[in-house]
Amino acid sequence: MALLSLRNVSVSYDKVEAVRGVSLDVEAGQIVSVIGPNGAGKTTMMLATMGLLPLTGEVTFEGASLAGLDVEDRVERGICLVPEKRELFSDLSVADNLILGSYSLKDRSGVDAALAQVYERFPRLRERRRQAAGTLSGGERQMLALGRALMAKPKLLILDEPSLGLAPLIVREIFRTIASLRALGVSVLLVEQNARAALETADYGYVLETGEIVQEGLADSLIHDPKLIAAYLGGGESR
Amino acid sequence: MTRAQLAAVKIVAVLALAAAPFLVSPFSVTLLNYIGIYSLVAIGLVLLTGVVGIISFGQAAFVGIAAYATGWVSAIQGQSPWLGLLLAIVLTCAIAAVLGLVTLRLQGHFLSLSTIAWGLAIGFLFGNIDGLGGFNGLSNIPPIAIGNYVLSEGRQIYYLIWATVIVVLFLLHNLLNSRLGRAMRAMRGGKTLVESLGVSAYWVNLTAFVIAAFLAALSGWFYAHLSRFISPTPFEPLAGIEYLMMAMIGGATSLLGGIVGAAVIIFLKNAVQDYLPLIAKGASGQLEIVAFASIFILFLQRARQGIVPFLTRFLPRTQPQRPEAAAALPLRKQPAPGEILLKVEQAERRFGGLVAVNKVSFEVRAGEILGLIGPNGAGKSTMFNLLTGALRCNGGSIVFAGRNIERLSQATIARAGVARTFQHVKLRPRMTLLDNVLLGAYPRTRSGLFSGALRLDRQEEARARAEAMRQLERIGLGDNPFELAGNLPLGNQRLLEIARALAADPLLLVLDEPAAGLRRNEKQKLAELLANLRREHVTILLVEHDMEFVMNLVDRIVVMDFGVKLCEGDPAAIRNDPRVQEAYLGSTV
Amino acid sequence: MTSDIAAILALDGIATGAIYVLVAVGTVLIFTVTRVMFIPFGDIAAFTALTLAALETGQLPGTVGLVLVLAVLASLVEVWSLARAGKARQIPKALVFYLLLPVLIVLLARLALPLTPSMPVRILLALLLVMPISPLLDRIVFRPIADASVLLLLIVSMALHFALVGLGLLFFGPEGVRTQPLTNAAFEIFGVHVGGQTILIVLASIVFSGLLYLFFGFTLTGKALRATAVNRTGARLMGIRPARSGAIAYLVGSLMAGVSGILVAPVNTIFYDSGFLLGLKAFVGAIIGGLASYPGTAIGAVFVGVLESFASFESSALKEVIVFSLLIPILIWRSIASPHIEEEVEE
Repeated sequence: MALLSLRNVSVSYDKVEAVRGVSLDVEAGQIVSVIGPNGAGKTTMMLATMGLLPLTGEVTFEGASLAGLDVEDRVERGICLVPEKRELFSDLSVADNLILGSYSLKDRSGVDAALAQVYERFPRLRERRRQAAGTLSGGERQMLALGRALMAKPKLLILDEPSLGLAPLIVREIFRTIASLRALGVSVLLVEQNARAALETADYGYVLETGEIVQEGLADSLIHDPKLIAAYLGGGESR
Repeated sequence: MTRAQLAAVKIVAVLALAAAPFLVSPFSVTLLNYIGIYSLVAIGLVLLTGVVGIISFGQAAFVGIAAYATGWVSAIQGQSPWLGLLLAIVLTCAIAAVLGLVTLRLQGHFLSLSTIAWGLAIGFLFGNIDGLGGFNGLSNIPPIAIGNYVLSEGRQIYYLIWATVIVVLFLLHNLLNSRLGRAMRAMRGGKTLVESLGVSAYWVNLTAFVIAAFLAALSGWFYAHLSRFISPTPFEPLAGIEYLMMAMIGGATSLLGGIVGAAVIIFLKNAVQDYLPLIAKGASGQLEIVAFASIFILFLQRARQGIVPFLTRFLPRTQPQRPEAAAALPLRKQPAPGEILLKVEQAERRFGGLVAVNKVSFEVRAGEILGLIGPNGAGKSTMFNLLTGALRCNGGSIVFAGRNIERLSQATIARAGVARTFQHVKLRPRMTLLDNVLLGAYPRTRSGLFSGALRLDRQEEARARAEAMRQLERIGLGDNPFELAGNLPLGNQRLLEIARALAADPLLLVLDEPAAGLRRNEKQKLAELLANLRREHVTILLVEHDMEFVMNLVDRIVVMDFGVKLCEGDPAAIRNDPRVQEAYLGSTV
Repeated sequence: MTSDIAAILALDGIATGAIYVLVAVGTVLIFTVTRVMFIPFGDIAAFTALTLAALETGQLPGTVGLVLVLAVLASLVEVWSLARAGKARQIPKALVFYLLLPVLIVLLARLALPLTPSMPVRILLALLLVMPISPLLDRIVFRPIADASVLLLLIVSMALHFALVGLGLLFFGPEGVRTQPLTNAAFEIFGVHVGGQTILIVLASIVFSGLLYLFFGFTLTGKALRATAVNRTGARLMGIRPARSGAIAYLVGSLMAGVSGILVAPVNTIFYDSGFLLGLKAFVGAIIGGLASYPGTAIGAVFVGVLESFASFESSALKEVIVFSLLIPILIWRSIASPHIEEEVEE
């Protein structure tokens, strides 16, 4: 049974049906990537999965339907979204941002250990722990957003465009971190425009175009598909 | 409903109003008088709040200024109430103009807070200025007299009040359907929208603000001479809220809403005063205000739309006439094809430590379509905002048609001939297609407040309407010009924005991600339109993410990534450039 | 004006300002967490003073009726909305918070009254009685429109204030009250006579501001509140419920406003409608702080107090005119200082 599964999901806002009839599965322990050009509906789909936008269709997590659950309920069940805009608490210190990441945990005993682990993973954050999150650079912000999400000990981590606006060197570091999550047993749903890096990291991939899934398959096979380049750069081969 | 039927309804309404004093009790006539007086303020608030989008808590203060002005002239100085009217209007409008000049640049809720501030400050003045009767008030205010005919009874002043209301309705109705009125109706779409049309948001706001104050002054004048006594109480903040309540419950988007709102509140008040003592003995005074506040809160929670807009949904719409052919509006002199129209040199824009646009240079030649592309976060939108004046450059220069524009306001750049569209469509959904396109013709037309209100603008209006119709037909939406823009699918809304931009007769058309979120067939339609425009030698700067869409359409492409210009060239060269492929697909890890 | 008079005016102003600080800080808290400009905190302060006065004379305060009415209304609204959302299982828990707790507080007051409690107990009872009012109002009035624009919330807030004035007259009557002094001590500082009450007001203001600082800085709940204020979506993604943050903010804000009411009651005669000006002047202070910064708000509130004190010396009739006229330049300054955010008016 898949950890997360979307069945025939559609999302509309502002009269635009941004996502149409999407079905998708994330198995436990897997890294699954959704790639596609800007405006394909990737972010919309993730926000709806998280409960931030209304959707039609069915979403189940660990076999139970998520219908009628608020965002906060989904967080408590173990789904954590790192949104495209990061949504950090810019006036609060790095340390407070991380501690608030663990807000949904009823059992507070492991929080200090989790904090130490995040600092170990991102030593930069330890250096800057007293600084306000708003003063961080783009790469550090993404690290903080990832670290804050990990503090919640999620079963499923949804990452929306983690490489957006970052310099290539930092992109590399972020993707290395994502790959290492497999060892922690965290499943990842990775939404990316940076198709090559995303597919190299993922086990399985879906290609989203104008709100519909046009292609899916093992990440290794997708990455060498010439049709993919066409989808991004145009050129007519695909149609 | 036909125009004849509509005219019949209007005539019946006016006749009913005229006959009312002979049919109802003197007490009801008094109620009707107060309804008329309060509706003047409420109509002003409809214009200010519902149309332009400024929520004012302070209108009661304007009513008070006028009432005290005429009170001072007539009761203390012993002069004619007509002289009082003159002082009331001049003083109120002058104070409103000064307050408006100072506060109307305030943003969002700061502006409304300022209306509370001056509303309170002026409210406290009335009881504290020597010679105006203090908190005991000013009595012995004489009635209005026309020649030797004294309007001392309710029935006599009734006709003056309601004639004024009807004239005000007529003039404002004309105004809202004129050039300035359309700009007012567009104000709620946000400052960026109206400024991009070449409208100065500040002056439109100020005009509406002074008109609303003028109507409050008329109301204050009537109030003083009808009740013959004034004290500070009716001009306190509570009254300001009551006026707001009238406008909103009546329906702040409709002029009639002001009258209906005033009527509902006054009848309710009357009923509450009659029946509350039966329910709760001895507590009616305090319960009245509780009841009113609760009704208003419930209304704001659940309905918000107001009575008149709710009812008009059930009425058949009148079918307006299609614009007829008319002389064309004056055209700009287009530059010769190939001439450099826009030259961006070393443009730079920083946000804190982030350099969003880093020393970017490119040029647009007259008659070509230039594509500005790049992945998400490349700085395209920032570049776009620098061109249109929504953001200021930190360095570099932008020259448009031989004129430096990097320090100019959005409205000035728009008037200079740059017309834009928006990635997140900014149309006025409750206005017709034709009215939306007419907004674009604003900088090409001249008529103002008085010509609009008095219908002296008809000739220019006919030319503008013909021009708007022509643009609607040009984009293929000419079949139903009176459809509401909000009813169109996204693809057609994008086209409509282009028609609006074309109505400005621009030198340069700047399109912000026009293909985003469109379906394939919609994209095709858009591409066809743009190809047609190219054949007509319209100069276009196309900021776009969708490479496929851009490739077949443009003459040249500029690629941006991480805030810098990556490369420039014709579509084929760009497609095969490995740097572009990497920017779009990402590098390998 | 001699320097002696100036010193007395300044001291007086600081004391008045200290009272505004407590109300203003609550206002900022509510605005940042819920986007509501909660004008009625002034009314809450006045109601606390009236409650304390009633307790002093051994009467059951009007607050009891007010709280019970609001508790019933809030429970109805909550049960209705839970039932409609298909969350009937949460109803018992909600009833404990919205019905049982307020009723228990009222019962406590009813039982304690015949025992002629001492002053500290009376103060505690008064605060306890007043604290449920704003969270209940939040549930009834603001929660159903939590996503509305700031402007709409402001209109509702103004309307709510006038409803409260009416309710205040209904439950407390038209008489003004002045409670027993909290202290009769007096000091002489640099030749200027300083009442113990003045010092108490300033001290209490400092202590409660300090407590608030500790709450925000060192508790998870306090941090969650700040997180909601800084970034609502971000907070929700961490599992922090805005409605819960709002309720806590209203409780904390009520406590601060209540304390200011206790402090002002022995100094000024308080009527059912005295809260309006108190609340609005505190609000001016909050705007000086940009409705965001707590230190800025405290400085702003003290500034308003001092200005008012000097203005009333120059012309007591026009002091309100002066204070509220001042708001316009402040708003212009704040509007320029704050980054441009275009909030589109709803259709």
